[in-house]
Amino acid sequence: MSLMGLTAVSLGKKIRAGEVSAIEAAQEAFASIEKKEAAVNSFVTVEKERALERAKEVQKGMESGIYAGLLAGVPVAIKDNMCTKGILTTCSSKILGNYLPEFTSEAVLQLEKAGAVILGKTNMDEFAMGSTTETSAFGVTKNPWNTEHVPGGSSGGSCAAVAAEECSYALGSDTGGSIRQPSSFCGVTGMKPTYGTVSRYGLIAYGSSLDQIGPVAKDVTDCAVILETIASHDKKDSTSVKREEYDFTSALKDDVKGMKIGIPKDYFGEGLDSEVREQVMAAAKVLEEKGAIVEEFDLSLVEYAIPAYYVIACAEASSNLARFDGVKYGYRTEEYNGLHNMYKKTRSEGFGTEVKRRIMLGSFVLSSGYYDAYYLKALRTKALIKQAFDKAFSQYDMILAPAAPTTAPRIGESLSDPIKMYLGDIYTISVNLAGLPGISLPCGKDSKGLPIGLQLIGNCFEEKKLIQAAYAFEQTREYEHCPLA
Amino acid sequence: MKQFETVIGLEVHVELATKTKIFCSCSTEFGGKPNSHTCPVCTGMPGSLPVLNKKVVEYAVAVGLATNCKITQNCKFDRKNYFYPDNPQNYQISQLYLPICRDGGIEIETEDGTKKTIGIHEIHMEEDAGKLIHDEWGENSLVDFNRSGVPLIEIVSEPDMRSADEVIAYLEKLRLIIQYLGASDCKLQEGSMRADVNLSVREVGTEEFGTRTEMKNLNSFKAIRRAIEGERERQIDLIEAGEKVIQETRRWDDAKEYSYAMRSKEDAQDYRYFPEPDLVPVVISDEWFSEIKDRQPELRTEKLERYKKEFQIPDYDANIITSNKRLADIFEETTAICKNPKKVSNWLMVETMRLLKEHEMEIEQITFSPENLAKLIQLTDNKAINSSVAKEVFEKIFSDDIDPEAYVEENGLKTVSDDGALRSVIEKVIADNPQSVEDYHSGKKKAIGFLVGQTMKAMKGKADPAMVNQILAELLN
Repeated sequence: MSLMGLTAVSLGKKIRAGEVSAIEAAQEAFASIEKKEAAVNSFVTVEKERALERAKEVQKGMESGIYAGLLAGVPVAIKDNMCTKGILTTCSSKILGNYLPEFTSEAVLQLEKAGAVILGKTNMDEFAMGSTTETSAFGVTKNPWNTEHVPGGSSGGSCAAVAAEECSYALGSDTGGSIRQPSSFCGVTGMKPTYGTVSRYGLIAYGSSLDQIGPVAKDVTDCAVILETIASHDKKDSTSVKREEYDFTSALKDDVKGMKIGIPKDYFGEGLDSEVREQVMAAAKVLEEKGAIVEEFDLSLVEYAIPAYYVIACAEASSNLARFDGVKYGYRTEEYNGLHNMYKKTRSEGFGTEVKRRIMLGSFVLSSGYYDAYYLKALRTKALIKQAFDKAFSQYDMILAPAAPTTAPRIGESLSDPIKMYLGDIYTISVNLAGLPGISLPCGKDSKGLPIGLQLIGNCFEEKKLIQAAYAFEQTREYEHCPLA
Repeated sequence: MKQFETVIGLEVHVELATKTKIFCSCSTEFGGKPNSHTCPVCTGMPGSLPVLNKKVVEYAVAVGLATNCKITQNCKFDRKNYFYPDNPQNYQISQLYLPICRDGGIEIETEDGTKKTIGIHEIHMEEDAGKLIHDEWGENSLVDFNRSGVPLIEIVSEPDMRSADEVIAYLEKLRLIIQYLGASDCKLQEGSMRADVNLSVREVGTEEFGTRTEMKNLNSFKAIRRAIEGERERQIDLIEAGEKVIQETRRWDDAKEYSYAMRSKEDAQDYRYFPEPDLVPVVISDEWFSEIKDRQPELRTEKLERYKKEFQIPDYDANIITSNKRLADIFEETTAICKNPKKVSNWLMVETMRLLKEHEMEIEQITFSPENLAKLIQLTDNKAINSSVAKEVFEKIFSDDIDPEAYVEENGLKTVSDDGALRSVIEKVIADNPQSVEDYHSGKKKAIGFLVGQTMKAMKGKADPAMVNQILAELLN
């Protein structure tokens, strides 16, 4: 088996044991990328020379004891909305097509400190707006399980790269399900930590109050190790939280005895694909058999999550994306007549349709006369949703749900009907609104052979419970490599 | 003929005296090379995030307390969205929904002695923008982000002022308070204090306000006064001609003494304010709040009372000295050393003011140290130098902050108090001026003045005039 078929932790172990070098690991990653990119298109930028140089440096550093962690020398792919000094960071948008950041995002710095070797930057929905990775200015990423299907989004490039074994693991970001949903579609494990756990410094903002960086990997162990590496209290990010502890790996225990798991009935009604329902309920059964107490309950307010999310995320996005104006960096239109014409042409040409739609929606809900009716109401809804979760977590250790109502749709199916696409975020979005942690891991496949994801949602700062339950569930299954791997 | 009343409210922006910017650690120093005080945060680079400078909160609270405002101990920042190239993120972080201070007011006194309270609607914190520099040759504009992110407070008054005099009195008072707090140097010319004037007119006796305009670009008290008078007349002329005043922003051109419309309300921007998601609410705990309160320095009114009591200087002196924080500081520090408040006050009010005027300087530009002024006063107290020498020495202190003891020594300016030496010089003066001696003896007592003058001349000014008088009188009689 290729080195990229190993989990990050197993590969790290081999590198530390001297069985393979960091350089060999990187070389294998690039061999895999060269073989599969034409079919998958997971990457926007591949940094072969730089990565091989870096692998040499890390290898030396390991020999001299600078790098000793579990991820030292292991190749990683980074979603293209995290700034990387000297490496193009495009957000898969034409408007940032030539943007070279002058600093590296904090999460990536934490990985680098641990000896990570960055292979390149992964494709995504433009500015993380989308659920399919079809809105990228640099082509559609395809699902490695079936390249006629989307990988999900917006971290579709990261999840596809992990599934296709073009890298050992990847970082993604999750604003409304952007790690968990593509992880589910690609048959990999992805985690969205509690808001404030991983610094957002250097993450190009979509919806600032909802964005959170997290790991995408082959298993729960990798996710726990990666999270432990990237989580930090960062003074450069005012919303970064100082947690009591940053230990996540001690939760890797095959034990769910007595854990109380709630299944929100509201999540299993209309719109949920029957095959997805079946597999997710089967997973609940597995956990029950292992000693968990599984109960159904009413979460309430579920139908308000999507409208509240799109109002808040788009409002923040309309302001966050205002800085892309052709004045300081990025794309500027070729010909223009005066400042306003330059702004208009630059932004009209530089942004794609979905981004423009969300900027307009966001500008509208913030405009005078509409603020109370939309934005303020959405904020109140957000608070109520948080209360509903607080109530649930007073009874349950975690909530079990599908990650998405269906398996990966075919390419081209979603964009024509944005409302339908937005509805696909139903199970992931409330988690961001309430700032909660969530994990998605494979729990089966549908009759078309496409992966289905199981989502576990925890209370704020209770990632360890999720990790423990997910790990226990994982022990009942074998990791399935996708055909393209 | 109709009588009109002017109604004025002010929006005053004050640049705070923090060392670093409001949301990053770049220097706020004035006048660096373009874009030399910048970082990813204050240039709006993608992925950068703001972190609030706590000192800004402390200064804002201090100003709020000194202007009798209620302090919002749980306040928030909001984003004000508008596109302009000097605004790197195309939004300004400001406060709309929960400003840090509200409902205050200060008492002003106009020149005719009338007292009046001007209400303060709110004070909020925000960031300054960069500066556009237009290329005179090409068609390019360049942006300097050194000012971007410099902390500001905006003090919004109630529409309580009725004349230019009241406006000036309010601004002077505000400036003095803020200078006393050390929160800003409040220089209008350099832009560290900027006032926008909201003005409307109405017929005397009417309850309702007229339509107001907002005037910008007022860089001095004189410009503010002229702009108020000009705008009042413009609005009255419109009303009397049966036309309507349009609610708009106008730019005052002080050279032409006329204001030009910048934008009217119809095409006014919708700033799409919403809570800044990159910052957490500012919570001023009771402990922090009382720390700020405890650190609140003595303000002018208190200082004035204390000066009269503690130093027993006349009201007139105390008034002038406390009218400027720097002057008051020099006064106190000098007095602490030489223990002669009245003399310190005299030096400050007479010679210092004269030299400032002569050199066209502001009080803030004084460079001499209280130590050297104190030494000078001690030299005169000990009669080591006489008053005319002292004045000469003070000029050197004023310009170069020299040590007066060393200077007097080096230049041989010490008063000659050797009785014998002085006596022989006087004897010679008497011998050389028989006419004056005769005049003196024939009852023209004033003639002694001439003899004193001659003696001082012969002594090159270094004699103690009292001693000269005494010896002269003795020898003549």
